[in-house]
Amino acid sequence: MTGIVALYIFMLAAFTGYEIIAKVPVILHTPLMSGSNFVHGIVLVGAMVALGNSHSTLEKVIGTIGVFMAAGNAAGGYVVTERMLEMFKASGAKSGKPKSGGH
Amino acid sequence: MNTPLLGAESVHWLIEISYFVTAFLFIMGLKRMSSPVTARSGIVWAGAGMLVATLFTFMYPGMGNYEWILPAIIVGTLLAWISGKRVAMTDMPQMIALYNGFGGGAAAAIAAVELYRGEAMSPTMGTLAVSGGLIGAVSFSGSLIAFGKLQGLVKKSWRFGGQQLLNIVILLAALVVGAFIASGWHHDPFHVSLFFVLALVFGVFMTLPIGGADMPVVISMYNAFTGLAVAFEGFVMQNAAMIIAGTVVGSAGTLLTQLMARAMNRSLGNVLFSGFGDTGGAAAAGGETKGSMKPIDAADVGVMMAFSQKVIVVPGYGMAVAQAQHKVWELCQLLIDRGVMVRFAIHPVAGRMPGHMNVLLAEAGVPYDLISDLDEINAEFETADVALIIGANDVVNPTARNDKSSPIYGMPILNADKAKNVIVIKRGQGTGFSGIENALFYLDNTRMLYGDGQAAASALIQAVKAV
Repeated sequence: MTGIVALYIFMLAAFTGYEIIAKVPVILHTPLMSGSNFVHGIVLVGAMVALGNSHSTLEKVIGTIGVFMAAGNAAGGYVVTERMLEMFKASGAKSGKPKSGGH
Repeated sequence: MNTPLLGAESVHWLIEISYFVTAFLFIMGLKRMSSPVTARSGIVWAGAGMLVATLFTFMYPGMGNYEWILPAIIVGTLLAWISGKRVAMTDMPQMIALYNGFGGGAAAAIAAVELYRGEAMSPTMGTLAVSGGLIGAVSFSGSLIAFGKLQGLVKKSWRFGGQQLLNIVILLAALVVGAFIASGWHHDPFHVSLFFVLALVFGVFMTLPIGGADMPVVISMYNAFTGLAVAFEGFVMQNAAMIIAGTVVGSAGTLLTQLMARAMNRSLGNVLFSGFGDTGGAAAAGGETKGSMKPIDAADVGVMMAFSQKVIVVPGYGMAVAQAQHKVWELCQLLIDRGVMVRFAIHPVAGRMPGHMNVLLAEAGVPYDLISDLDEINAEFETADVALIIGANDVVNPTARNDKSSPIYGMPILNADKAKNVIVIKRGQGTGFSGIENALFYLDNTRMLYGDGQAAASALIQAVKAV
């Protein structure tokens, strides 16, 4: 991947992100923020490769923390987004009574 | 760990293809998440993408340390999975902040591993690694503070004179040390450590003075930060999936942050540097309110609503705190069965972040097509017989429309005062989140139903049933 191709990818992805969100209704802002939070959990693959190529103990420790946090980002982001979106139903579909989240 | 069947070349090619598929699934997933009809499938698509990328990354040529990688993935996934399953819907904002901080921390960790390794980098790569490390570290420590504040662990807003100046000095110091490293001039473990300490401290100091009410905007901003940090580290790792996913989140998150700030009638600069948005922080300014608050019984409200044609419910976060959303929906179902048209009007900042109230209503089983946002519903208040305000305050304060001296002047509000009758369910006579007197409560067409949200809703259910 040459530098200029990477730059093109960067530009096009930036526009893509903007366009996808531009038309989103307010009712989905929280799940969408959570969903995009999940998507940057892809940092996991980078953390895996960084740790996989580590040699010194310091690198391994930091890399392990990185993989741990990245996995947390991806898994946590997925679960909470899925939980929220699962509840959105139209009036046609008769919804069950989910138990209330205690406080 | 190469498989003997495939050469390194074809393995590399396979991984590239898997990342391509992942990028496609992420973009399609996010696209589907932007409509309530397809949203659920959107996250599943994106989840599949994540799984594909993770599995194929295990094939990466020349990778080792699996005895470190596997436990880290398993423990991280399990802990996050369990906590994500158990968190209450009302606590969702701080959970998102926490997971987001982890992402930023992971991006910073990648930068740290690459920089501590000490191999010579080109100035471009060095700059990218350092920038991603800085943004990721700020997002990490800042998100943790945001989590702490919303969770009630960090209570003080900790402000002092010259704070902005100190923050600028810390940021500048981090940038200078970062430049030393990136240029290769002082690329040594001491400067790398110093750089990350400065970046982490900056994230803490920058977030501490911001009040709890503004936190959602800040969390959204850190979400965009993490995206950007991931993209930068993607350049360093030559990883297209990270570049694309990170950039998409970076730009989408920036837009989302702007939308949220606008809905709260604040500019982002205002949120970050002014220190408003703290509970009880603003003085109760504004002119004298005329008239008095007129109380009403639940039985009377029940009759009024039962014989209405159209009722608009305006829920606020107070409803969720009282866990009254299930009762409110039960009440509305009774009204709907009687042929009353029921709508929910959601202010963009109802709940603790934009869209949060929709999640809470959805949890109670309210169909999303009965829920309207400010632009859709505001014209309808004039034709409504009853506007039922439960747990909302500042977002229905007409002062925001016509009193220039009010701190909330200019904030878009729900025009509940235009309804024929306004019923306000309220625990006591206190002021709202911003500490501002609400002129709505004193209007001639407004009646106050005092009581805890859940108890009041139960009383209304009985009243409607008795009609």
